Amino acid sequence: MILALAVRSLRNRKFTAGLTVISIALAVMLLLGVERIRTESREGFAATLSGTDLIVGSRASPVHLLLYSVFRIGNPTNNLRWQSYLAVAQRPEIAWTIPLSLGDSHRGFRVLGTTQDYFEHFRFAGGRRLTLAEGGIFEDTHDAVLGADVAEDLRYRVGDSIVIAHGSGEVSFALHEEQPFKVSGVLARTGTPVDRTMHVTLEGLDSVHAESDDAFDPLAAAVREAPGGRASGARERAISAFLVGLKSRPAALLMQRAINEYRDEPLTAIMPGVTLQEVWEIVGTVEKTLFAVSALVLVVGLAGMLVALLTSLSERRREMAILRSVGARPMHVFGLILGEATFLTLLGTALGVAALYLGLIGGRPWLESRLGLFITVGWPSDYEFGLMILVAVAGVLIGLVPAYRIYRYSLADGMTVRV
Amino acid sequence: MAKDEGAGSSASDHGAVIHGATRSDSAPEQPVVDLTGVRFAWRGESPVVVEVERFRVAPGERVFLRGPSGSGKSTLLSLLAGVVTPQRGSVRVLGRDLGALGAAARDRFRADHIGFIFQMFNLIPYLSVVENVCLPCGFSARRSEVARRAAGSVGAEALRLLDHLDMAQGDLLRRPVTELSVGQQQRVAAARALIGAPELVIADEPTSSLDAERRAAFLDLLFRECAREKASLLFVSHDASLAARFDRAIQFGEINRAMAASGTVGRQP
Repeated sequence: MILALAVRSLRNRKFTAGLTVISIALAVMLLLGVERIRTESREGFAATLSGTDLIVGSRASPVHLLLYSVFRIGNPTNNLRWQSYLAVAQRPEIAWTIPLSLGDSHRGFRVLGTTQDYFEHFRFAGGRRLTLAEGGIFEDTHDAVLGADVAEDLRYRVGDSIVIAHGSGEVSFALHEEQPFKVSGVLARTGTPVDRTMHVTLEGLDSVHAESDDAFDPLAAAVREAPGGRASGARERAISAFLVGLKSRPAALLMQRAINEYRDEPLTAIMPGVTLQEVWEIVGTVEKTLFAVSALVLVVGLAGMLVALLTSLSERRREMAILRSVGARPMHVFGLILGEATFLTLLGTALGVAALYLGLIGGRPWLESRLGLFITVGWPSDYEFGLMILVAVAGVLIGLVPAYRIYRYSLADGMTVRV
Repeated sequence: MAKDEGAGSSASDHGAVIHGATRSDSAPEQPVVDLTGVRFAWRGESPVVVEVERFRVAPGERVFLRGPSGSGKSTLLSLLAGVVTPQRGSVRVLGRDLGALGAAARDRFRADHIGFIFQMFNLIPYLSVVENVCLPCGFSARRSEVARRAAGSVGAEALRLLDHLDMAQGDLLRRPVTELSVGQQQRVAAARALIGAPELVIADEPTSSLDAERRAAFLDLLFRECAREKASLLFVSHDASLAARFDRAIQFGEINRAMAASGTVGRQP
């Protein structure tokens, strides 16, 4: 009875009630959306690399090393010598290594020079390994394996020829046209920066660099043509970083120290987990702020409801007096207003959740391609249910304020309203 | 929600009293309203607003209560409705001493036995005409039951009453209540006061917003329906010209000794 009255009365004030519901819905959508993206990005972030015990580069800040070697953000300031890599890679504690050579780009995508070991040992998202969507891994010096996004965005198929530019900008000036690469395979989607990377062989990349050097430096060409020049590299090979897998994990700390104290070249070794945490703390302030802002928006939405209900009270004292005269108790009047608040909050929350899901389903391709965020559209998590319940409870609690006021009015007014 | 609470209570609490007390012929004329030595002030030290030695309304009686505004009429109605209780004396309605009941029981008693018509703005704006008429049955299982027995369903009884009050023709029933004329609104309010056959109908200046012609027509309808439902009518108005049509007319100033003493009293609309 009272609930039916509450719904009818709200329908009578469609406009205000509608605005209130919309503001609550938007607030709920924002709050849950931010939370969803926050959770997913944290998980996605942690999932970019797995199984790697150490990342080694030339002396640099750990965060910088992690960003360019794993996230392809920024450029290596210094390369490390091939000899140093070999020296570390041949130590007995080491199970595998993956050399990484960065610094080139192809139409906006980063080019990574590496070896077959990359496809063998690289792991992400809790131990998943890279799989090929089509084609195969490197067989020839000028083979390229594309990340899923690279192939999709640039519409490359297995067998296509690719020309690589030196430098990592969107527009490159020095094109290595003489030595085109051939697409040998395309990787399955991973949801990590691997998707946006073009993988080529270290040798292939070396030859590109040798050529481009020729263009400006006649001496390099001369050296190259000298006997034995091309084979072992008169121009000494260098790489940007390498990933290390150890035979036994507890050895990581010792190994890290040993590499950091390597005498022939200043090197930095980081444990990815630790540095990921550091980076996340930097990003974390932003996301905490985002959460605080969306929580405030929710507070504003609920406050809007409070204002809407409170302002309606004085004009509804007459209505309450009529209800009293037909037998409603002050508690009924209390319940009527509380019921309205509850109904508004629940409807707002439900609409907000619905809108969020529509938005997630609709916006998923965009989030994936533009932000590299992989949002799983599934049943809300316990945490999200908790947030929804929190919103509902807050709405009901706020409804107590106008409900109590009208209860007092109703006790004082009885059936006659003294205005 | 009122249905479930009333179902048990009407039978157990006061159902027995009512049927024994008012269904006319059985008991010897127990008054519907019986005020004895009543004294009421809004707050402890504020002036006494109502002081009535004796005031009775017999079953089926139509009483006209006249008094200027500020004479304590509205307070008297609040006492009869059980919204407030007197500091001294007793207010008995249908033999039940309202002062002895708790607030919730008084509210339920009012819902079960008294129908109200006010001066204006009687209707809930967001309910339809029929829903407005049915409203008391939502709060009183007894009246709901009586209405059902009379016409088969509460809605049918509402339509029957509206028809008797000439409110069932054309598209009147489908119109939003805010678009009805004042006279039509008052007739809807009368139907609401009468549904479920309460023993007492209290009308507080119900005709003061109507012109003379409509006033007479409204009174005719009200009298006819009260007689049909065997309800007593307590009609409050300051318009002396209507008094002649009632069984009894009372000048409230004469029975309210508080007024005789202090002239006018504040806190009245």
